[in-house]
Amino acid sequence: MTYEPQKDFGTPPSNSEKMVILTIDGREVSVPEGSSIMRAAAEQGTDIPKLCATDSLESFGSCRLCLVEIDGRRGTPASCTTPAEEGMTVKTQTPMLQKLRKGVMELYISDHPLDCLTCAANGDCELQDQAGAVGLRNVRYGADATHMGQEKDTSNPYFDYDPSKCIACSRCVRACDEVQGTLALTMEGRGFDSKISAGLASDDFLSSECVSCGACVQACPTETLIEKNVVEIGTPERSVITTCAYCGVGCTFRAEMRGEQLVRMVPWKEGKANHGHSCVKGRFAWGYAQHQERITKPMIRASIDEPWKEVEWGEAFAYAASELKRISEKYGKNALGGITSSRCTNEETFLVQKLIRAGFGNNNVDTCARVCHSPTGFGLKNTFGTSAGTQDFDSVDDSDVILVIGANPTDAHPVFASRMKRRLRAGAKLIVIDPRKTDLVRSPHIEADHHLPLRPGTNVAVLTAMAHVIVTEGLADEDFIRERCDWDEYSHWAEFVSDKRNAPETLEPVTMIAADELRAAARLFASGGNGAIYYGLGVTEHSQGSSTVMAIANLAMATGNVGRRGVGVNPLRGQNNVQGACDMGSFPHELSGYRHISDGDARALFEDDWAVTLDPEPGLRIPNMLDAAVDGTFKALYVQGEDILQSDPNTKHVSAGLAAMECVIVHDLFLNETANYAHIFLPGSTFLEKDGTFTNAERRIQMVRKVMTPINGMEDWQVTQQLARAMGLDWDYSHPSEIMDEISRLTPSFAGVSFDKLDEEGSLQWPVNDAAPDGSPIMHVDGFVRGKGKFIVTDYVPTDEKTGPRFPLLLTTGRILSHYNVGAQTRRTENVAWHPEDLLEIHPADAEDRGLKSGDWVKLNSRSGETTLRAEITDRVAPGVVYTTFHHPATQANVVTTEFSDWATNCPEYKVTAVQISASNGPSDWQEEYEALSEQSRRIASEIEAAE
Amino acid sequence: MSDTTETLVRMANQIADNLMQESDPAAATAQHIKLYWDPRMKAKILAAQADGLNDFALKAVKILNMQ
Repeated sequence: MTYEPQKDFGTPPSNSEKMVILTIDGREVSVPEGSSIMRAAAEQGTDIPKLCATDSLESFGSCRLCLVEIDGRRGTPASCTTPAEEGMTVKTQTPMLQKLRKGVMELYISDHPLDCLTCAANGDCELQDQAGAVGLRNVRYGADATHMGQEKDTSNPYFDYDPSKCIACSRCVRACDEVQGTLALTMEGRGFDSKISAGLASDDFLSSECVSCGACVQACPTETLIEKNVVEIGTPERSVITTCAYCGVGCTFRAEMRGEQLVRMVPWKEGKANHGHSCVKGRFAWGYAQHQERITKPMIRASIDEPWKEVEWGEAFAYAASELKRISEKYGKNALGGITSSRCTNEETFLVQKLIRAGFGNNNVDTCARVCHSPTGFGLKNTFGTSAGTQDFDSVDDSDVILVIGANPTDAHPVFASRMKRRLRAGAKLIVIDPRKTDLVRSPHIEADHHLPLRPGTNVAVLTAMAHVIVTEGLADEDFIRERCDWDEYSHWAEFVSDKRNAPETLEPVTMIAADELRAAARLFASGGNGAIYYGLGVTEHSQGSSTVMAIANLAMATGNVGRRGVGVNPLRGQNNVQGACDMGSFPHELSGYRHISDGDARALFEDDWAVTLDPEPGLRIPNMLDAAVDGTFKALYVQGEDILQSDPNTKHVSAGLAAMECVIVHDLFLNETANYAHIFLPGSTFLEKDGTFTNAERRIQMVRKVMTPINGMEDWQVTQQLARAMGLDWDYSHPSEIMDEISRLTPSFAGVSFDKLDEEGSLQWPVNDAAPDGSPIMHVDGFVRGKGKFIVTDYVPTDEKTGPRFPLLLTTGRILSHYNVGAQTRRTENVAWHPEDLLEIHPADAEDRGLKSGDWVKLNSRSGETTLRAEITDRVAPGVVYTTFHHPATQANVVTTEFSDWATNCPEYKVTAVQISASNGPSDWQEEYEALSEQSRRIASEIEAAE
Repeated sequence: MSDTTETLVRMANQIADNLMQESDPAAATAQHIKLYWDPRMKAKILAAQADGLNDFALKAVKILNMQ
């Protein structure tokens, strides 16, 4: 599409189903009751002049530009704050209104620099537009006292603040409050001295509490807050709707372009996951796509001791195929395997698993969900019948009690967190179960009603104790259970949880949660109205990850909180397409649509379509592949878009597994840590360079659209196709839409999905089939997918990872707002300004015992290994618990994590590692050795020659 | 016992511990292993026999052996 800003209706839409009819400028218009006159006029096609109004914010009524005349009423009310009423007759343009507006605009312009021709917002400035709209031709006032010439704040790496251009409309302040919910910005001073401030007077934007979501920049009607890119490049000339490639929220954006240069990403107002909002990563952190470290030419080498040799694509594919065939002939076909990427599209993921099943001839395929949400798939499949969350994000608007367990949405899913916070500010109650005081526990205008700071590793005990309270105090919803669930299974479960050994008082020494507080939280959840549970990796990445997911499902069923808006079980998925990667058959035991590989009927469908015979036995999971490699039975791995060396636990074991393989093919954007052990590097393409689909945490399938030519020359699905062809497979897809057609005919839950339908609808939430042709925002509405909901007894089994005299503290790991996963993308953007290194959070009491202070180097060791990083002393963590992120390879937090994992899925137990900390002088021996290895392994022959 | 066998024994024990509340924990453990483990992993645990396996895991291995 050619460039055109999204239409601004001035005020938000009304959700009322009752319509009112009014007459505006002689034309009748019908709008939902509660709509403003400004919105009604805009719906009709009349844009009333405005400055302080925009449809992402509640009306404010300060600029006095949107005045109208209403028959039978005195004066000239503001159209943004006046509701449309039945039978109302409105005039938007009269001589009186024209005079008033011109006068108002004259005052604004008298205090505004008239440098339009050199202003970065020229042509994209509402002040400029409105001056034209009201017919302003001259300004009578002098420039004796103005706000011009003030110093710009350029501290933020992505946008500038120029107070000289500010018209004090407060749109930025209100966007920070209403849209983002951070409340960092404020209007400082009064009257003429009013000035936008990012927090304290001493703060600039970078040092303030601003989270750089960019909502203020988007809301600003002038050049006051503007993207540095627009200043540098100019305004865009076209836009393409696409989907973000960061977290599982799945925000959609308008990629606003000038030629093939991306100028800015603007959240799309029609995006059903984000409704026009974004975070710092999605809106700003895409510079990695053009980063100088991006590898654009295929490379091969016989040994990891050799430098890389750049080759043509054909030679790379031929070499890869010959190696894979050689290894298959020598060690057997089961010595090969691959890993699909949760960052790549559904179509690309589907092709990788197809290559492994149909080309390699085995089921040794796994995906990064193994190390994050594999327990979600297992737990929800067994209890509800579907390996996915039950709700759409909009559902939270109807929640009365929100239970957040093991999730930190303000950092990891910030756009949904803003939505949740809006509902909390409107009165919903909040229970947080987390070892740390996350921002949700207490932040401006948000305070959890109950924070249960449990001991890491005791999720199941806490949830069972809550169930104990609900059942023994008669709070279970027996009508729901009798109608929707198996009563006998419920009775067995109820008997188990009612046992005194599961009482909060009995479990208090285990969970470290005060029994009274836990009882109060359980009562609130069971009796507070619509109860919704949101959870993250603090649930899944435990030795009882799957049990915890099932315990959550039990709690939702026991309280009747499934099958309607405002309730449900909501896994907050980590990566952009982790749901999709799981849907596409990336697990070694499942075909797409979660059908077990031993299911002969399901297998026959694929065998007919692909003209191959499939192995009915499950394949190896990622940790099992590494074990088998060390054992000598697994020799070749194709890894697309995943850095297992940095992201997977027990780094030394991962490196031993990779080092034992004879052919490691890394298909990625950069020479990541895994590539240190690779023999073939296939350059990947970014989400900006490809077509396809992602599926977000609410099962929403959305289009990813190519906005620029891949600088490596190929989209990722094309790379996999060429590799398959080199292996002898006769694939001939000409576009990802053809791959989606294949997915659709082989996967019942995707039966009604096609690119055409997605283009038409914008997005679709699976299942999309004859029963639900337009998708399924809420699951299990009239009954569970598996028939009756299944209560499963989840007994608390303590982890084998124990603290003791050598390792007295518990380490738990997580993420931070400005970085994503292993940081491969965000570390190559300006986001490092906020988080240049991983830090170790230590409680003041533990720090004092060891003589540590913030900024000190700290040695962190476990029975797996040791690393060093700097300390941050904070009471966000409880005594006895330390916390760090895993975004930086220089730290390699996973050197310390162990091989312990979830009993059902092998999802690693990242959240519980027994550790000791002590003062240190700097990097550990391992870190120094690893740095040397990385340097050696990343040598490229052509660069060495050029340097000589 | 190799490191891998040790890992598999630990995994089998862990599965059995978590399925202790099933009506037939050994059968449930055997079924889980059957559904989710690669053949070479199954072969290794069958070879491990009693070495380090807890009661239900051992019974599960025996069930698998008979299949």
